[in-house]
Amino acid sequence: MGYRMKFAILILEGPYQHQASDSAYHFTEAALKKGHEITGIFFYNDGVYNTTSLMTPPQDDRHISKRWSELVQQYKIDTIVCIAAAKRRGITESNLAPGARISGLGQLTELGINAERLITFGD
Amino acid sequence: MADDEIRDEEGNGGEKTKFLFIFKRPPHGAIYPYEGLEVILIMAAYEQEITAAFVDDGVYCLKKGQDTAGVGIKEFAKTFKVLEPYGVEHLYVDRVSLEARGLTEDDLITGVEVVEAEEIANVISAQKVILPF
Repeated sequence: MGYRMKFAILILEGPYQHQASDSAYHFTEAALKKGHEITGIFFYNDGVYNTTSLMTPPQDDRHISKRWSELVQQYKIDTIVCIAAAKRRGITESNLAPGARISGLGQLTELGINAERLITFGD
Repeated sequence: MADDEIRDEEGNGGEKTKFLFIFKRPPHGAIYPYEGLEVILIMAAYEQEITAAFVDDGVYCLKKGQDTAGVGIKEFAKTFKVLEPYGVEHLYVDRVSLEARGLTEDDLITGVEVVEAEEIANVISAQKVILPF
């Protein structure tokens, strides 16, 4: 393969309501399959809702938080949920999807500094 | 291309990373500008190069004399006035967006720079990271 790019991903919209979350997932998966590196995924604004383990969509639909959990655990990607945004919206350690962790906006800053490209998926 | 070359090119070798916040939505209608501002306040501690640009309905974020008591939402626009100590040296406002909404520079809080769209484009081109809110 060619050059291995370091991408960071920022997700600003919630699951099901908005396609941003799906697009972010597909981009991340495609980049990984191409051999690129995802240095981290950061959930902010309503994007934090993607990481609730309490969602139970109909069986014939995609399970967005489970899908993220499986991907980030398989590739060992640092997956961060903004604590301030999470607290407002009732996302806590107790209902956080596996593979994600709650931390601060400093982590988003670090991703912006260290990744070659920070890609935002929002409205 | 080696990683080191990229780092040098992107200014990561101890130099500051350029972050641009683009505010494109009005305040209070949705949380985007408010949570965007929160990112700036935290990021400032990292001493990077932060710039803000206000386009489309985002120019309303800077309107002076806002009173949010009636809607029961925190009035945060005034915080944009005090970003300079946080290392945010430029608040660029798109003149076309401003004029399209019947506003002039006099309607805005102090310390902003009303510029042509071309200059906003130049600012965007100069960034490493762009965060839209």
